[in-house]
Amino acid sequence: MTASVFFGCTFIAFGPAIALFLFTIARDPLRVIFLIAGAFFWLVSLLLSSLVWFISVQISNKESAPQQRGLLIFGVVLSVLLQEVFRFGYYKLLKKANEGLLALSQEETMPISIRQLAYVSGLGFGFMSGAFSVINILADSVGPGTVGIHGDSQHYFLSSAFMTMAIILLHMFWGVVFFDACEKKRWWCLVIVVASHLLVSCLTFQNPYYVGSLVPTYIIMFLMGVWAFCCAGGSLRNLKLCLTCKDKDFLLANHRPR
Amino acid sequence: MTTSDSEEDSYDERSALMSAETPPVPSYQPEQSDPDPSAQGPVLRRAKSSERGPGPEAELDEEEELTLKYGAKHVIMLFIPVTLCMVVVVATIKSIGFYTEKTNQRLIYTPFSEDEVSVGRRLLNSFLNSIVMISVIVVMTIFLVMLYKYRCYKFIHGWLILSSLMLLFWFSYLYLGELFKNYNLAMDFPTVGVLIWNFGAVGMICIHWKGPLQLQQAYLIIISALMALVFIKYLPEWSTWVILGAISIYDLVAVLSPKGPLRMLVETAQERNEPIFPALIYSSGMAWMVGMANPAEERRQQSDAEAQEAGGSLEAEDSPDPSAGAQRGCPSGEDQEEESGVKLGLGDFIFYSVLVGKAAATGGDWNTTLACFVAILIGLCLTLLLLAIFKKALPALPISIAFGLVFYFSTDYLVQPFMDNLATNQYYI
Repeated sequence: MTASVFFGCTFIAFGPAIALFLFTIARDPLRVIFLIAGAFFWLVSLLLSSLVWFISVQISNKESAPQQRGLLIFGVVLSVLLQEVFRFGYYKLLKKANEGLLALSQEETMPISIRQLAYVSGLGFGFMSGAFSVINILADSVGPGTVGIHGDSQHYFLSSAFMTMAIILLHMFWGVVFFDACEKKRWWCLVIVVASHLLVSCLTFQNPYYVGSLVPTYIIMFLMGVWAFCCAGGSLRNLKLCLTCKDKDFLLANHRPR
Repeated sequence: MTTSDSEEDSYDERSALMSAETPPVPSYQPEQSDPDPSAQGPVLRRAKSSERGPGPEAELDEEEELTLKYGAKHVIMLFIPVTLCMVVVVATIKSIGFYTEKTNQRLIYTPFSEDEVSVGRRLLNSFLNSIVMISVIVVMTIFLVMLYKYRCYKFIHGWLILSSLMLLFWFSYLYLGELFKNYNLAMDFPTVGVLIWNFGAVGMICIHWKGPLQLQQAYLIIISALMALVFIKYLPEWSTWVILGAISIYDLVAVLSPKGPLRMLVETAQERNEPIFPALIYSSGMAWMVGMANPAEERRQQSDAEAQEAGGSLEAEDSPDPSAGAQRGCPSGEDQEEESGVKLGLGDFIFYSVLVGKAAATGGDWNTTLACFVAILIGLCLTLLLLAIFKKALPALPISIAFGLVFYFSTDYLVQPFMDNLATNQYYI
């Protein structure tokens, strides 16, 4: 417990996301704004789904544990679906705003491309989702206590941190694939994104049997990562060029000699 | 002011901006002395640039639209200080117990106690408290507008200097005391005396006279945080929420209605071509009047005044020449103007921080605090968007506080039980 667990879990959960933010988003004010707007949209979707869940709990039988569990599962599924609906809504809003601003600004190119928006909005969703899932847990990990004293799993904090990291990265990948699918009107891709999100959430119903939930989640995360990489224009060739520092376009853009 | 040709060539987004300098921004000051929180309605204003465009058309008065990039930069220039202020307040609330301890002391502006048993009575008392508070604020604002109209500058200066003295010395001394008590640090009076003296003296100089921009910004953020902490401690719970709501409505009315005191203040200042008191307003960039002899210095001295709670005022000033490095209080030649800055009144900082701090204080849930934080930032973003569209003084409180309140209550009552249940079972959405 206390400081080492707190810092360890915080860095596990938010490390990649914060690194991504610092290196790719922090410099550009426009991206920061769209990140925060994405976070806001996720928040609104959570609010609506909590409202529905809350109402359903009030009218249900509070004593019956299976019923409450069923309602919670219903809440999770509804929340996932609403998140994807809001992701679509955000996409539509960004398209409209981009067109409007392009008309307004008399410039020829949009200041931010739809792919960057996909990445940034996905990360915004991820940040907010991760933060809401894990911040209270992290705050509790600072204080005194014994994990799992009543017989629950001892790996609660660690597994939460790893799960959060996976979820944040997954949201980012889902964002990229989703927007790309909407741009190219490939609706089956959308269905796969929603289905994978549902799958990941439903896998967590097996917790505390972490092998059943964490391992498949990470597999799905890697697969989605590869898919998002391809959607964003990456390929094996690009990757090789990038890793051996021979990518001329990238080097030129960053003013570095080869 | 004229734009030099070179500006246009500099870079696209700049040229799209209203590069010409702007006509003097109206000076505006919300007043009030310290213990009062007379908050002024925040005012947003966009100074128009008079010219722009390629050389030959320099005389044309055009209003440039902000390009997206430039507008985004302004938004970030305000996000950062607002975030810093909120972080300071939340960190203090969560670590130092003093500011969340129940106290029977109340400010004289909230005379009705909330120790009632019945809900209806308590609600009634909080409404009455907010009525008292808002009336105090209205009276103070009108008093200030009168003073300003009849040119009693010395009185206003004196008042503002007194209030900033109190904030910088007394409140920070109390804060330091609580900090030491909390962490059980032994400290002697001479050391504290030296610390507070230095802190306060440098603060007075930076805020009322000249100093590096970032130091001035830091001091303004600190005094806003201190004031917000005082409110969080001494305002009773339900009254805080009602007051936040009421003050947003007051802000809306005071800034937008033709007879509103803040609008009159702004218009009077505009007529007289006077600058804003830098002390009451947080400015993200340096603003200078171009082409006026002895402009900055005089104006700065004249306009230095500080208010405890400055109402929010958001102004955007454009500067024609981004290349000139601006230093505060240094009236060099003409075309010197630096990046346009956007201005936000200190009252906005204070009330945003009160909202987030209160969210952090009541209940141990971090989700609520985070939700209020995001809601306020989005409200600020929307307000700045409106500022770019309407280009005139706008209140900065209503949208952000409305979002903040909605998200506070909904997250606290709806989202929190849901997330708690999910966390208990380790379900992820």
